[in-house]
Amino acid sequence: MANKVLVLYAHPSQNRSEVNQPLFEAARRIEGVTCVDLYAEYPTYHINIEREQQRLLRHDVIVFLFPLYWYSTPSILKEWQDLVLEYGFAYGKEGTALRGKLFFCALSTGGEEHAYKREGFNHFTVSELLQPLEQTANLTGMIYLPPMVLFGARTAVEDQRLAEHVARWERLLKAFVSEQVDITAARQEILMNPLAELLTKELGERS
Amino acid sequence: MTGYFIQAFIFLFAAVVMVPLARRLGLGSVLGYLIAGVIIGPVTGLVGQETNIIQHFAEFGVVMMLFLVGLELQPRMLWEMRNKLLGLGGLQVGLTTLAVCGIAMALGVKWTMALAIGLIFSLSSTAIVLQTFNEKGLTKTEGGNSAFSVLLFQDIAVIPMLALMPLLALPELQATAVAGDDGAHGDLSLVADLPGWATALVVVATVAGLVLAGHFLSRPLFRYVADSGLRETFTATALMLVIGIAALMGLVGLSPALGTFLAGVVLANSEFRHELEANIEPFKGLLLGLFFITVGAGVNFTVLEANLGLVVGLTLGLMLLKVMVLLVLAVLFRVHYGNRWLFGLSLAQAGEFGFVLLGYAVSSYVLPEGLAQILAMVVALSMFLTPLLFIMLEKVIFPRYAQRDEAREPDAIDEQGSVIIAGIGRFGQIVNRLLVANGVKTIVLDHQASQVERLRAVNITSYYGDATRPDLLETAGIANARMLVVAIDDKTRAVELVSEVRRQFPHVQILARAYDRGHHYELQDAGADFTVSETYKSALNMGGEALQRLGIHPFRVEQVKQSFCEMESQHFDEMFQTWREEGNQTGDHYRSLFISLEKEILAAMQTDRSDRHSRSERGWTPPPKNYLDDFEEP
Repeated sequence: MANKVLVLYAHPSQNRSEVNQPLFEAARRIEGVTCVDLYAEYPTYHINIEREQQRLLRHDVIVFLFPLYWYSTPSILKEWQDLVLEYGFAYGKEGTALRGKLFFCALSTGGEEHAYKREGFNHFTVSELLQPLEQTANLTGMIYLPPMVLFGARTAVEDQRLAEHVARWERLLKAFVSEQVDITAARQEILMNPLAELLTKELGERS
Repeated sequence: MTGYFIQAFIFLFAAVVMVPLARRLGLGSVLGYLIAGVIIGPVTGLVGQETNIIQHFAEFGVVMMLFLVGLELQPRMLWEMRNKLLGLGGLQVGLTTLAVCGIAMALGVKWTMALAIGLIFSLSSTAIVLQTFNEKGLTKTEGGNSAFSVLLFQDIAVIPMLALMPLLALPELQATAVAGDDGAHGDLSLVADLPGWATALVVVATVAGLVLAGHFLSRPLFRYVADSGLRETFTATALMLVIGIAALMGLVGLSPALGTFLAGVVLANSEFRHELEANIEPFKGLLLGLFFITVGAGVNFTVLEANLGLVVGLTLGLMLLKVMVLLVLAVLFRVHYGNRWLFGLSLAQAGEFGFVLLGYAVSSYVLPEGLAQILAMVVALSMFLTPLLFIMLEKVIFPRYAQRDEAREPDAIDEQGSVIIAGIGRFGQIVNRLLVANGVKTIVLDHQASQVERLRAVNITSYYGDATRPDLLETAGIANARMLVVAIDDKTRAVELVSEVRRQFPHVQILARAYDRGHHYELQDAGADFTVSETYKSALNMGGEALQRLGIHPFRVEQVKQSFCEMESQHFDEMFQTWREEGNQTGDHYRSLFISLEKEILAAMQTDRSDRHSRSERGWTPPPKNYLDDFEEP
């Protein structure tokens, strides 16, 4: 039994991307992971609702991969939610299509981790900022898992933190594909990062 | 009264029958009128002596024509054309006049008559040539452009010619005429009894007055009339203006044509210009038509029979001479290849103004009646032969030069780009600009030298050469190119180019511009990777704009446009296959598919907004009003 993972990637200027693009490329190389570049597929934002819903139905784990823009997703991901998560499909009496699927975000932020604290520059934690997505997952019956975050993304390459993060991301995706993620444990975490760390070790030990 | 009606009916009927027929045969309307005249005149004898009177009346059409020519002449346009206009036009009229005049004098014609004949024969037929250019799409070619300059110069040159004609009057003709019918030409005149200096003064004052009045009084007058909102009043005003000026000019002894021409130029910048044109145009057309009919009706078969050899010989000689002069000018002004012949042969005939000048020359006692008759037949015959010359151009010379054009060394292509763009007209240019602006190296090819020159003038590197030639494509680097954009106009060659490149260079991506649906399929069939119909997107945009202006929200418009596109592309493959199965044409099955596509689009666009399955608007659809019930805790 293997999970099918769907990565919905949103980055509007990929020629400048230093973090998300490598993450996306890495995800594409993993078997069992379907990668969708939303901006490439819908450059005019005219999202094919039917196709997107079919995609959701075919997968067990839904991942949003994006840089945090104004404490939220890039706009096409919001458009995607507005259109694809239709009444009668994702919510409402007969809208049960997404029930039981796993959902989490993989994002990068410009600010450092300490900025996303009550006393920090951004006043809210990433988890707090992602609450709309968390509630969306709740309403649609998906299991919301904590996000995987790369803080201080603008200097990740210079600080040589990127390779480590990409490796972490790869392990995590592979673990989801092979159903090795302890969902109950994961739901206790604030971020997916330490869990991924753990998985890294586990997988490393096993291989 | 009934007699006039019968007359008018005969003239109109002949024109109505013959002119469309002549046009269909590719002879042009001027020849249609002439033939109509010949039929009702010398052939059937339906009209007789009275045509002379009608002709004088119909000559007013020429006056109107010059008014319109004047209206068309904006000083700025003239200034831009000055080189070709004065150079090509001036030399053509000058050299032809001199040559004809010289030959005539060598044949023993008196110099005044020889000069008149030279002037008459130097003109070409604006009506025939421009109309043929339009019909055959040659207006924008290099040759067509040059020919237009010459014709324009000739139209202007007619005015001084008309002024010059009386000065060439033969005393002996004048004497016999005066003796013959004294007082018949005793027109009203203000200046007849004035001394020379006073006449000059009156003339200058009149012309100055005309220019000033045209400049300052015309606007308030037109506004006053236009404010009345009555169309026919404006027509009346326009006619009044032209007739009034013609009368005024007659009174001071100037040519009416000159006067109206001047008035036209003065009004060329007026905001009422197009309104004036539209009003005068039908009168001009009718009267000129009438004039040509009377010329045809005036053909004297006895004279023609007696001088058949002379007329034919003169015509052929004249045309040969004119062609030679034109070809020399074409070389001097660097008109190239096929265009050179187009320029030379298209202007080889004498023109309708020839008839006008002939009529004027006879009435001014410059040429004797008998000679004028023969010359008129030469003019007419040369006009009759013009369509034949065009046919020869199309069938014999253009094909040869199409090859010769290819034989002209294509530009040496000293660089290679990753994208080759074949055809750099309206379509290719935009593609090229977008690519170049994004740092893509393109090689642009076009088979029209003039187009390439124009682009080079604005720093767009492009090369002259026929992209459908394999060796040229290879020098352009097709072997290493990533992509070929096919934007050439010739539909068949575009398809050939696509299939050729697809076969020889399978790695090259081919993007092709289609003319229409059928062409789209053909290109696809030939192996194009991407094809777009040239008008599809712009028509879609225009439709969207229309919807928006009709009050539909811009965002919704964008959505229905998208859906429209999507439905089209969803059905594309099916329709393409059907088209293929039906032998590369749109057969019955294809048509029924098309009809069902239309129905589907219609249904989709009209689906109710709140219908979840609306396909045109699978945008954000609101949940049902009572949806909150779903969330009630059990």
